[in-house]
Amino acid sequence: MAEWTASKKRGALRVQLEPRLDVPPAWFPVAVSLGAVFVALILGGIVIAFSGGNPFATYAYIARASFGDIGVLSDTIVKATPIILTALACSIAFRMKLWNIGAEGQFIMGAWGASAVVLAPLLPPETTRWLFIPAMALAGFGMGGVWGLIPGYLKAKFNVNEIISSLMLNYIAVSWVNYWVFGVWSEGGFQMSPKFPTNASLPRLSDYAETIPFFRGLTTHAGLIFGILAAIALWFIVYRSRWGYEIRLIGDNPRAAKYAGINIVRNTILVMALSGALAGLGGVSEVAGVVRRLQTAPLNAGYGFTGIIVAWLAKLHPLAIILVSILFGALILAGREIQPSGIPKMIQGIILVCLIASDFLLRYRLRFTRGEVE
Amino acid sequence: MDFVVILQAGVASGTVLLFATLGEILAERSGVLNLGVEGMMLIGAMTAFSVTIATGNPWIGLLTAMLFAGLISQIHAFITVTLQADQVVSGLSLTLVGAGISLVLGEGLSKAGTVSLMPNFSIPLLVQIPVLGDIFFKEQSVLVYVGYLMIPLAWYYINHTRPGLHLRAVGEYPSAADALGINVYRLRYFYVFIGGIFAGLAGATISLAVSPGWFSELTTGGQGWIAIGLVIFAQWDPFRAALGSYAFGALRRLILDIQAPLTLFGVDNPFYYNPYLSFFLQMLPYAFTVIVLVIGSREAIRKRLGAPAALGEPYIRGERGK
Repeated sequence: MAEWTASKKRGALRVQLEPRLDVPPAWFPVAVSLGAVFVALILGGIVIAFSGGNPFATYAYIARASFGDIGVLSDTIVKATPIILTALACSIAFRMKLWNIGAEGQFIMGAWGASAVVLAPLLPPETTRWLFIPAMALAGFGMGGVWGLIPGYLKAKFNVNEIISSLMLNYIAVSWVNYWVFGVWSEGGFQMSPKFPTNASLPRLSDYAETIPFFRGLTTHAGLIFGILAAIALWFIVYRSRWGYEIRLIGDNPRAAKYAGINIVRNTILVMALSGALAGLGGVSEVAGVVRRLQTAPLNAGYGFTGIIVAWLAKLHPLAIILVSILFGALILAGREIQPSGIPKMIQGIILVCLIASDFLLRYRLRFTRGEVE
Repeated sequence: MDFVVILQAGVASGTVLLFATLGEILAERSGVLNLGVEGMMLIGAMTAFSVTIATGNPWIGLLTAMLFAGLISQIHAFITVTLQADQVVSGLSLTLVGAGISLVLGEGLSKAGTVSLMPNFSIPLLVQIPVLGDIFFKEQSVLVYVGYLMIPLAWYYINHTRPGLHLRAVGEYPSAADALGINVYRLRYFYVFIGGIFAGLAGATISLAVSPGWFSELTTGGQGWIAIGLVIFAQWDPFRAALGSYAFGALRRLILDIQAPLTLFGVDNPFYYNPYLSFFLQMLPYAFTVIVLVIGSREAIRKRLGAPAALGEPYIRGERGK
């Protein structure tokens, strides 16, 4: 039990910490997380002011540029879609206390896998969309899975720290995709592949504007369906299946899980592969729904790292991840036009710091007392 | 391709990894895993470069960088030591915050032009040793020589001094250290701070000596993460850390130089005739980090060596007899 005194305040105000023995009410963790985000925005504002900007104008701009009308709201959802999938990827690995921070690389490899179907080409360009999209999704899911499986296997068999190995694979994935983008599939020497045919792209709402005029100009694409289906499937796996029970038990108490006869080696490999595959599906959604060609920069935009924060803020809950992703989609969308350009990244980092710090309030109860104690 | 030149440049760029790795070794020896090295290095590189531009004096830039990175590291110390939160997530967040702050404060710095750098010089007498003199003592930056001194000093400090004994006690068996009157919390704060100072020094070494300038996140390019991997390879020993750091430094230089000649070992150089293959060369440092981790981890299992016993565990006074 730690304690300290804030003696500068009137008299001796003592703050005493006691471990929480009771389970706090359901609203309490949510309130603490929201409070942490609020504090993070204040801290971020201080840094913005320090670097010569106006924090109020910046935040007002972010809100307007991401939720201001139906058009930008649609763009916000487009930015949220890849984050939903990378955050789901992180959440399932974190649930087992496997620190997969390679979602960024798995995302890019997924995009590469989907692109290979179009560009290699594994399927002729006139293939129907109903075959093309599932084939691309499967290829991306598989490539992402392989990229997650590698650190999972090394962790399970050689006890290699998965944090570093998964992160190193991010850099390798970027070089790998660069090789194909610059060399093999380059379109006339530019640093991008040729555009995918329409059959190989995920449909956007605006594609149906002729029948439903309301959809005119809306960029939200079918990748969102991947994200929502994956979230529901993951919710079912984690909370309603035997496998999910095993994953949660290993995460909460690996020793108990071991004595219960749960195969930790196999689960480590499987969960890392599933995590990578989900991130890979995010890459498929982004490459087929937004970029519509293989190009490194828009894919290597930090969705994997944002996924870590979103997963944490959503307390690893698959359905909460959808909501939190939309908030972060807004931050990223508006952030593109904010100067200095590092602000969205900095705010994300500060939010994560405040969140971790705030977890303390869930584990301890603060008691304020005046005068001499004990 | 001249191997002496590659090794000479390798020692210089390896000095960056050396500082970062030594700092992380000290922090981890006290029981605190800090994954924020990359972020602290970015802070160091940005601060060193911008303060040097503002003052014209690289020494002031260097010291400010070390101090700022050290201060940033205290966020991690507060969250993990006082608030007892998870060290992995806290370290990750420190990397994001460090990268974000350095991007915000470093906006526009990349166009700021050149600055006066840390001085380079040769060491008299030692430079005349054949081959080794050219590699280690010829026209190197003063920071490279500081690196040479740090290796034995860190080793001696950890293994043969009283504060070093306290450091190891806090990392291996904090409750026993506490019982002996060592302040576990204060020492952990202190060594996280030292780790931050070293990471700031590593960042400053990039922007003021090895590859001068500020290139946003590409300035460090994952070297902070490689350093964390090297700590495991080094098994928390400064001499092995130096070996790994200089080897990685030489590898970075080799990747650049191998693309220039027309022939390699008597055959056409594929990297010259197909420049796209250089993307595979760029993977090498990261792939080697994974390989080095596998080697280090297997060796640790075989020799029953391991990380400091309390690494990653918050110390909670009076809870269980750890």
